[in-house]
Amino acid sequence: MTASIATNQTILVVGGGISGMTAALEAAECGKQVILVEKTPTLGGRTAQLYRYFPKMCHPTCGLEINLRRIKGNPNVKVMTMTEVTAVAGARGNYNVTLKVAPRYVNENCTACGDCGKAVTTEVADVFNYGQGKTGAKVKAAYLPHVMAYPQRYVIDPSIVGTPEGEAAKSACKYGAVDLGMKEETVQLNVGAVVWATGWRPFDANKIQPYGYDRYANVITSVEFERLADPHGPTGGKILRPSDGKEAKNVAFIQCAGSRDENYLRHCSRICCMATLKQTQYVREAFGDEGKSTVYYIDIRAIDRFEDFYAKVWQDKTVSFVKSKVARIAENAANGNPVLHGVDTEGYHRYATEHDLVVLAVGMEPEVKGVKLPDDIVLDSSSFIEGSKDGGMFGAGAAASPLDVNRAVQSATAASLKAIQVIHKSASTEAA
Amino acid sequence: MAENKFAAYICSGCGIGDVLDVKGLEGTAKKDGKMAEVKSHPFLCNAEGVQLIKDDIANNGVTHVCIAACSRRAKTEAFNFPEVAVSRANLREGVIWVIAEGSDHDEIRQEMAEDYVRMGCAEVKKMALPDGNLKESSSKRILVVGGGISGMTAALAAADAGYEVVIVEKTGELGGFARNLVKRVPFSGPYAEPQATGVEDMAAKIGANSRITVHLNSTLAETAGAPGRFKAKIAQESGAITEELVGAIVQATGFTPYDVNKLTELGGGQDNVVDQAGLEALAKSANGGVIKRADGKEVKSVVFVQCAGQRGSGGNGNGHHLEYCSGHCCATSIKQAMYFKDANPDVDTVVMYSDLRVPGMGEDFYRSAQQKGVIFTKSKVNKVAGGGSCKVDFKDLILDEDTSVDADLVVLATGQVPNAGVNLDKWTEIVTLADGGDAAAKAQTIEMKKGSVLNLEYRQGPDMPQFKYGFADSHFICFPYETRRTGIYAAGPVRRPMDMLQAQEDATGAALKAIQAVENVEKGRAAHPRAGDLSFPKARLEGCTQCKRCTVECPFGAIDEDEKRFPVFNEERCRRCGTCMGACPVRVISFENYSCDTVGSQIKAVNVPDEFEEKPRILLLACENDAYPALDMAGLQRLTYSAYVRAIPVRCLGSVNTIWITDSLNSGYDGVMMMGCKHGDDYQCHFVKGSELAGYRMSKIGDTLKQMGLEEERVITHEVAITDHERVAKLINDYVAQIQEIGLSPMKF
Repeated sequence: MTASIATNQTILVVGGGISGMTAALEAAECGKQVILVEKTPTLGGRTAQLYRYFPKMCHPTCGLEINLRRIKGNPNVKVMTMTEVTAVAGARGNYNVTLKVAPRYVNENCTACGDCGKAVTTEVADVFNYGQGKTGAKVKAAYLPHVMAYPQRYVIDPSIVGTPEGEAAKSACKYGAVDLGMKEETVQLNVGAVVWATGWRPFDANKIQPYGYDRYANVITSVEFERLADPHGPTGGKILRPSDGKEAKNVAFIQCAGSRDENYLRHCSRICCMATLKQTQYVREAFGDEGKSTVYYIDIRAIDRFEDFYAKVWQDKTVSFVKSKVARIAENAANGNPVLHGVDTEGYHRYATEHDLVVLAVGMEPEVKGVKLPDDIVLDSSSFIEGSKDGGMFGAGAAASPLDVNRAVQSATAASLKAIQVIHKSASTEAA
Repeated sequence: MAENKFAAYICSGCGIGDVLDVKGLEGTAKKDGKMAEVKSHPFLCNAEGVQLIKDDIANNGVTHVCIAACSRRAKTEAFNFPEVAVSRANLREGVIWVIAEGSDHDEIRQEMAEDYVRMGCAEVKKMALPDGNLKESSSKRILVVGGGISGMTAALAAADAGYEVVIVEKTGELGGFARNLVKRVPFSGPYAEPQATGVEDMAAKIGANSRITVHLNSTLAETAGAPGRFKAKIAQESGAITEELVGAIVQATGFTPYDVNKLTELGGGQDNVVDQAGLEALAKSANGGVIKRADGKEVKSVVFVQCAGQRGSGGNGNGHHLEYCSGHCCATSIKQAMYFKDANPDVDTVVMYSDLRVPGMGEDFYRSAQQKGVIFTKSKVNKVAGGGSCKVDFKDLILDEDTSVDADLVVLATGQVPNAGVNLDKWTEIVTLADGGDAAAKAQTIEMKKGSVLNLEYRQGPDMPQFKYGFADSHFICFPYETRRTGIYAAGPVRRPMDMLQAQEDATGAALKAIQAVENVEKGRAAHPRAGDLSFPKARLEGCTQCKRCTVECPFGAIDEDEKRFPVFNEERCRRCGTCMGACPVRVISFENYSCDTVGSQIKAVNVPDEFEEKPRILLLACENDAYPALDMAGLQRLTYSAYVRAIPVRCLGSVNTIWITDSLNSGYDGVMMMGCKHGDDYQCHFVKGSELAGYRMSKIGDTLKQMGLEEERVITHEVAITDHERVAKLINDYVAQIQEIGLSPMKF
């Protein structure tokens, strides 16, 4: 089908995380028409999965609420979830984009009443809580991705379509919202400019073999730790380690897990130092003076006024810093504790230190790494999007560079204006 | 004008009809709500239900709609009727999802639902459809203050999007700090070598762009007005004044390097000890050849001292002058070490650092420097002695020993100090003294004003409010441009310490916000965070007592005063938080769709049972961005709380007028709860001061309560975050228990 919702005066924003929402809204609030496409069933991206932000320790859902209200109230933005870009043809000012829309099996009649979820017993990995990883969190196969999910509409996991479970969900719905006959659709769009706000993914910790993420239960990633600390996460906010469910009071944080290493990610991911400093405060929040955080680092990159936060954590007696790139992790088989081996470069002495839990501060890898993008897109050596040769497509946020939320929003705001410039140029050319 | 016709639509879906008597609610809307039309529907948000409402609006003359269904946050797109006033009575998240199941609760659940229907009807009757703050004409030109890299970037970005730009630059040429650089840190792949600054190209582009007007050797003598109608008086060095009409402002006034002479412990001010700007000057005179010192001697060895006078309190920097890290200095020192290595690989270049901070692709630049033979030493510098042969005493943190090194030249990586103009906190302090008749203070205000950048004719002072350490930054992580002066956006190092790449991105973002500001003004609507809101404050000045509370408390400096001290509203500066409405003791300020009346009538609409029924009534005023969503999510998760509470969302706790509190207590409510955002240093209120002001006003309400013969526990304020789903339920239940312990209000009749 060809959608008549867009013209060459429309801006397409790919990715509905904080950068994509920002790029879309900033353009829309300048009066431009925007289509915002998101691959998953809900907006918010990875920031919605964070418990708190550094350095204010405030909650990402506060900003998400404002952005969602902006979207709900702005007719210039059209949101398409479960949608991916499969092809881009044409050139600056006049692109033809092909979108693939995956079936949600729930239509706009859904009221989020939850009856389908009650009717289903099958559980699937809870992606919002990194259930495919060490948290092991599960969710019903008819689910709302999270409490703040927008659109506020359930999703039926494809695994139960065509099973009695799927039928149970359908018959539980009083509003005819469950539509098991939905098919994947292809949509063609004409747009003038494209903002790629496709974000990042945590670097695959399995690849860092010396750290044994795949072998030791109590070695987890920073994004998983974020969900453990969140009261709305799978442990109700208790910091419990995966091997035996015990409270993990002595936590090691390993910086540059993948980053600043030509074997894995050649760039510095920028956010991980601050994220770890923040997470040491989760340990404090949970255990008070009984908690203990040890940060193994190369350089603490607490840039600009973030230095204040570092200075504050530095004063915290429960937090210690070891300048060292950890060489390898072993496991104490008797108690499941990870044992960190390496050399403390300040004074040069060897250590073998046991902790209850190890958090790998995994780096940011562009979500589009390994994904086939339009030929015109220019990537840097780490696959971050620099832009397009024809100057009509732009990277924004963590798709363009490893950035924290504040910088990502700044970047997305700038990308939004670059897209408007393209629209403006093609409009004035047509008018001439 | 057509007559008003009020209609209520009650949804019985999502289980509402299963646990509530919808027929009874229809009766309530008709009888108590005085609605001309009342209809119920089993599935109001579907196409048929929505059509029912649309038809009534189109064919039946309905002008005001009360929808009694789910929360105002749900099904927003379905229940979108822009041509009429709409209120929402929250029967789903606010009643049936949070009130315990079972017939024991049937009566109080139904009473709660009836009250919400009454409140929704009462509210919509007091609402008018806002028509926007439309002015006859508004300027869409963008004023850029500062012609450095940030300012030039903002100007070109706005011009390329079709907007006219006026640049004011205080020196005789464009280029700013970057003009004096030999090269800049790389900003594109492969991030291995310094790159050309591109300053000349940008200046040439600006010169050739017919949309951009440049005023050199010029400063802002006065900036009056508001977004869409700023009158900028531009003063040239000669004294001549030009006036430009502009719609929005980008402040890109950059930074000044911290005064190196103050770093006496690091040899600042001594021979052959320079800052990074000083090194650029030496490198510029070398013109690609070997770099020589001021005394003409060729530099064979150079030490770069990072964090010179920066990162004070963490104990990780070198010296205690600036608390923060300036972000760019590590990469800048790497670039400058390369100047030496590229001219002569035999020059010893040592960078002394505590944490080398080159995030992102800066890592490749760092690698490149290591390949060129630049030495990086993790160390703490104790002392630098300048002179013919400089000496640096330092602790080598890797070898854990105190040692020293001689060098021909020492470069101190000093920090960025923002050129942000007058500090408004100090300004307010001095002006208050001056207003009190203090002559010295009066003289001081004149002196202070000379340091102003924007010279705003705003009651609250001449520049942007400053954030920590004097930067004109935003406090919000999600919203870096959400500052306290609508239509004025800071960009580059005046906003936050930053490198050139970030400054250019920042300037492009600020240009967008400036464009958005002028577009919003043209359509008479609000800027972020209530983007698109067409309501704006209206004041009945004949009732005003000139108390000045609104002009002082407006977080955005939107209200000035005329010579008789009446408030002068500049609607284009207003962010529609309602703080002025909350401040006004005589209640003359209101919005078309949000006023003392729209909330007050809801409070009065609640049916307060007499004392014999032993059913307390608690009013809950909840911030609509955080506390109210938290209540909704408590509902979504089927957490239960007391059916004695009646919640009203407010734009901000700052908009809460104490009359609502006294009226509710006078009419027999047993307690009033307020839930707003965190205040203090890490405040989360998106209207900056709202929740803080509410806290302050409520701290004063004790006397009133005493006069009424009521306990002070009858009014309570909580800081609530949007994630506090369980906590809001608990706070309500605990408060109801507390009230029951104290006893019902004696004010019932």
